[in-house]
Amino acid sequence: MSTRVGVVVFPGTNCELDVVWAVERLGGEAEILWHGDATVHGVDAVVVPGGFAHGDYLRTGAIARFSPVMSAVGDFAAGGGPVVGICNGFQVLTEAGLLPGALQKNAGLTFLCESVELRVETARSVLTANATPGQVLCIPINHFEGNYTCDADTLRRLRDEDRIVLRYVSNPNGSLDDIAGIASVAGNVVGLMPHPERASDALLGSTDGVVLLESLLTSAAQPLAVR
Amino acid sequence: MKYSVRIDVTHLPGVLDPQGATVERALPALGYGNVRSVSIAKTIRLTIDSASEDAARAQVHEMCKRLLANPVIERYNVEVEELVEA
Repeated sequence: MSTRVGVVVFPGTNCELDVVWAVERLGGEAEILWHGDATVHGVDAVVVPGGFAHGDYLRTGAIARFSPVMSAVGDFAAGGGPVVGICNGFQVLTEAGLLPGALQKNAGLTFLCESVELRVETARSVLTANATPGQVLCIPINHFEGNYTCDADTLRRLRDEDRIVLRYVSNPNGSLDDIAGIASVAGNVVGLMPHPERASDALLGSTDGVVLLESLLTSAAQPLAVR
Repeated sequence: MKYSVRIDVTHLPGVLDPQGATVERALPALGYGNVRSVSIAKTIRLTIDSASEDAARAQVHEMCKRLLANPVIERYNVEVEELVEA
């Protein structure tokens, strides 16, 4: 049986079909999870995709965190289930307290839509399990609020606990310590601003996102005890 | 009682305020060379029914902590005023 990946949809989410397409292309089975359902329907992994959940009103991700599906995602994550937040999904996970820190407006106030180089910093996460530390990936970013920040203690912990998953080779948005993606303590919850699903076919200009999404599928297929 | 509440949500010191920084550069360009700092904040106004001003204030602080402000990057200030109906 193929790995089932739940893709969360809030009103205003707009990258869910890209994620579904990429997951299915890699042999996974994708299922849309509506934000109003307080369950993840027994999937093996959850992706919170990009977009503008609840219009990004108040702050990006601020309202989305109260959607019923988010308590189910929180329980799933607490049980060790793989959860990946991409772009707006990363913002939602920080607001929900599943990842530390916050995403603020890009330094320079520019909306960024370009391909950037990312360096894999650790293989100790569900999104980079199949990648090699030091590996450089070319993946698109598409955001106005991707400037990661946290307090000094949190940054120290992220570094000491090997939780900085991806760094920008050339920082595009002012992000603290060039952070493009971070993981939870156990490595099963990951948030990143770049869009691996948009780099999953040669026609899209890059296939560098494949190793990340394959890592997720591999991690999701393993029994919890092994993770 | 009815209370009028004003909440100012501002950036924590040290957190980048790109809008403020941009306006801070723009004002001297218009000749206002004496501007020393600019910060751009959010104002939220509520009208609430509450038994007392203290109760209103306590409830608004809770709202700020749970939703209206993100303590990682923001701080907030609450002003409560009793609304006298005409």
